[in-house]
Amino acid sequence: MGRYVARRLLIAIPTLIVISFVVYAILALAPTDPLASFGADPRVPPEVRERIRESLGLNQPWHVRYVKWLIAIAHLDFGYSFMSRSPVIDLIWQRLPNTLAVVGVAYIIGVLLAVPIGMISAVKRYSVFDHLSTTFAFIGFSVPTFFTGLLLIIIFSVKLHWLPFIYDSTLKVTSLSTLGDQIRQSIMPITVLALFDTATIARYTRAEMLEHLPLDYVRTARAKGLKERLVVLRHVLRNSLIPVVTLVALGIPAVFGGAIVTEQIFRVPGIGELLVRSIGQGDTPVVAAILLIFATLVVLFNLLADVLYGVLDPRIRYS
Amino acid sequence: MTNQWRRATAVVAAATMTLAACGQTTTPPAASGTVAPSASVAAAKRGAGDDLKILYWQAPTILNAHLATGTKDSDAARLVTEPLASYGPDAKPLANALAAEIPTVANGGVSADLTTVTWKLKQGVKWSDGSAFTADDVAFTFSLMADPKTAVSTSDAAEGVKSVVAKDANTVVVTYNAPTPNFYQWGVGTCCYILQKKQFEAFQGEKLKDAPGNLKPIGTGPYVVDTFKSGDVVTYKMNDQFRDANKPYFKTVTFKGGGDAPSAARAVFQTGDVDYAWNLQVEAGILKPMADTSTKGKLLTVYGSSVERILLNFADPSPSLGAKRGEPDTKHPFFNGPDGKTVRTALAMATDRKTVAQQIYGDGLAGKAGCNIVTGVPDYESTATADFCSKFDTAAAGKLLDDAGWKLGTDGVRAKGGIKLNIVYQTTVNAVRQKTQDIMKQNWEKAGFKVELKSVPADVFFTNTSPDGANHFWSDVEMFTNNSDPDFTNYLNGWTSKQATGSANNWNSANYNRYQNPAFDTIIDSLRTEKDPAKRASLFKQANDILILDVVIIPVVTRTQVTSGISNTLKNVVPTGWDSEMYAVQDFGK
Repeated sequence: MGRYVARRLLIAIPTLIVISFVVYAILALAPTDPLASFGADPRVPPEVRERIRESLGLNQPWHVRYVKWLIAIAHLDFGYSFMSRSPVIDLIWQRLPNTLAVVGVAYIIGVLLAVPIGMISAVKRYSVFDHLSTTFAFIGFSVPTFFTGLLLIIIFSVKLHWLPFIYDSTLKVTSLSTLGDQIRQSIMPITVLALFDTATIARYTRAEMLEHLPLDYVRTARAKGLKERLVVLRHVLRNSLIPVVTLVALGIPAVFGGAIVTEQIFRVPGIGELLVRSIGQGDTPVVAAILLIFATLVVLFNLLADVLYGVLDPRIRYS
Repeated sequence: MTNQWRRATAVVAAATMTLAACGQTTTPPAASGTVAPSASVAAAKRGAGDDLKILYWQAPTILNAHLATGTKDSDAARLVTEPLASYGPDAKPLANALAAEIPTVANGGVSADLTTVTWKLKQGVKWSDGSAFTADDVAFTFSLMADPKTAVSTSDAAEGVKSVVAKDANTVVVTYNAPTPNFYQWGVGTCCYILQKKQFEAFQGEKLKDAPGNLKPIGTGPYVVDTFKSGDVVTYKMNDQFRDANKPYFKTVTFKGGGDAPSAARAVFQTGDVDYAWNLQVEAGILKPMADTSTKGKLLTVYGSSVERILLNFADPSPSLGAKRGEPDTKHPFFNGPDGKTVRTALAMATDRKTVAQQIYGDGLAGKAGCNIVTGVPDYESTATADFCSKFDTAAAGKLLDDAGWKLGTDGVRAKGGIKLNIVYQTTVNAVRQKTQDIMKQNWEKAGFKVELKSVPADVFFTNTSPDGANHFWSDVEMFTNNSDPDFTNYLNGWTSKQATGSANNWNSANYNRYQNPAFDTIIDSLRTEKDPAKRASLFKQANDILILDVVIIPVVTRTQVTSGISNTLKNVVPTGWDSEMYAVQDFGK
């Protein structure tokens, strides 16, 4: 097992280097320009633009910039943002709490809701509950988040005036009332995201449960005279959850990547919002750093999922 | 105490007077006896209000305006750092910042040969850290701007300035290399926010970009940065050291960034979550009902020099030219030849700016039909073009082309000598612009042009490196908005022959049209030296008329420079089209 993990980690290094190269190459070849925000402003004439370009290091060919960047990354230096001239890592640290507070919480809620929903609808297949949850799940993953987000804003902010739709990242939870404010401001984005997560995972759980319910070992358990409750919870659920756990683990990196659309709609200053804005502005150091961190997390959680698989399912052995 | 009180009152009176009088800058600052609408709030106590909520759908990323990459940065910085003077709503300097009065030739502040400008600074101004603000800080800020190594985006204002010297603690002398008719070039408006020498002294040259002050500048303005999360939000506290004892009104300010313009409009008009929502670039059909039915907010607009214009290409954008494509020495097949002016005129005649202004810009809500490129300053506004622009007639445009031998083909496209009037029309991706394109296409095709529409994301469009960009202009016509300083010389310089963009200048020069007309160049040269304001006004008009009547550009609508939403409770917001929207944020009250 230990050797397996070590081997996988070693393979991860070239993988990440290749990913970083592709990311950097795409960014270098993309036509976006950090100076585009000046538009055609006559107050920023060509010479000045050239000077700014030079001060950002953009006058060097991109492969030279890539090598320099890679060397810096090896020293865990993610560089400076073109737009704010502050360290990229600071920007990411500033935004991570917001992303975790919204996207992370939504994911946890999604998982907590999805497993029981999926389980019940499998056990009570074709019941009213199953039909309802199926309908709900299809709505959940077929209606885009920008639509549900706007719908919630129009109902709860514009019409009813119950909830704010501008996320205040300066809010510090110190008392019950500020906790209330925090809940009020994050309830809409969390709902939007949790709806999607719940739908996906619930469908998956249901399908897995249905696959296991008619199997021989379940019949054996029932034949032993075990209560149906125990059969479902101890035998069927445990086995069905093995692939679900993998799915959930693989979804965790996405949490750190933020939710691009939802963060934008509710003005949650998270990683996703930072990423999409930086892409638009041609802020290469920020984009490259986020994507590299994201890639690292994907690689690590893939490994984690594989390892978990082995732990949960004794039939699988790595050598 | 009494002394301080009296001085403060005098400053308030002066500020309100200049505001009310729209910058009659010769008024001595000590003049008294004004009853301005803002008097009630001006008399209110500092910090009487709670939190001013400002929403920008683009988030500020840096608070040193000299390193700004957009209005959002510069505006967020304006709450903290100030220039010597602002540009008021009438495009004239306004002494609401660090200068005690506006220097003019009449008051002796500007030398007769227009080379030196002597700025008298307000007495007793302090930085927010309590130290004294002096002329040294002003000279230091200039040195940062003039140093090419700092690579500041405001350096153009320092171009042609020989020196900025602190004569004494409260006097600054700006000397230009040559007589400069636009003698407010350095010191006024968004170019020249004064930084504290103490804070930035150790970060000169290339090191400027590493200065911690870029994220938390110390300033003389009404507010102090409390927290700044780059790309997200700035929170400010009131500056206890602010020179006006009664201002600012708000204890704190939250300057939130991000999201999109339509939801920013919703936040100010429908939910009332914010007091000020910046730049509501929303289609009039959506914005107008939202603002009209709102019980919480209203629209705040003012015109400046912003014009949505269509540029005609004088160079040949055909891909078949290879390396010569779009170079200034090529000639556009039908816009630039013996029939060039006829074809261009026909295109202008088939341009329906009225419908665009009414249907898309809400008929004065966010823009009005316009015919001049030099606009916003009444003295410079030409009337010679009105007649030309009033003729929207596709049939007459068709006849003009017919008479010149451009005959309609079976495909509905006019042609002559094997050249067809096929037009590629590019602009940025933007709902308002795509609707404008549709209207143009419809009418131009009636006159016998064939129009292919193209739209490019704004961040790709405005780059010199992109072949799909405005600079390369590898299409026949293109459309975007631009605006000018109150002095239009540098702006108009963008149509001189020397500025023709091409590979030689890395597609970086401002004359995207590649228009080359010696008569026009001469006018711009005269503008660089002409001192007489009346003659300058006439030169601006002449330059404008050439660009319009020779159909180098087709102005479509004159757009509002400020299109923001403010809550009904917010008072004393007087917008200007020539400076930052936050130029008088110290006056904002409730």
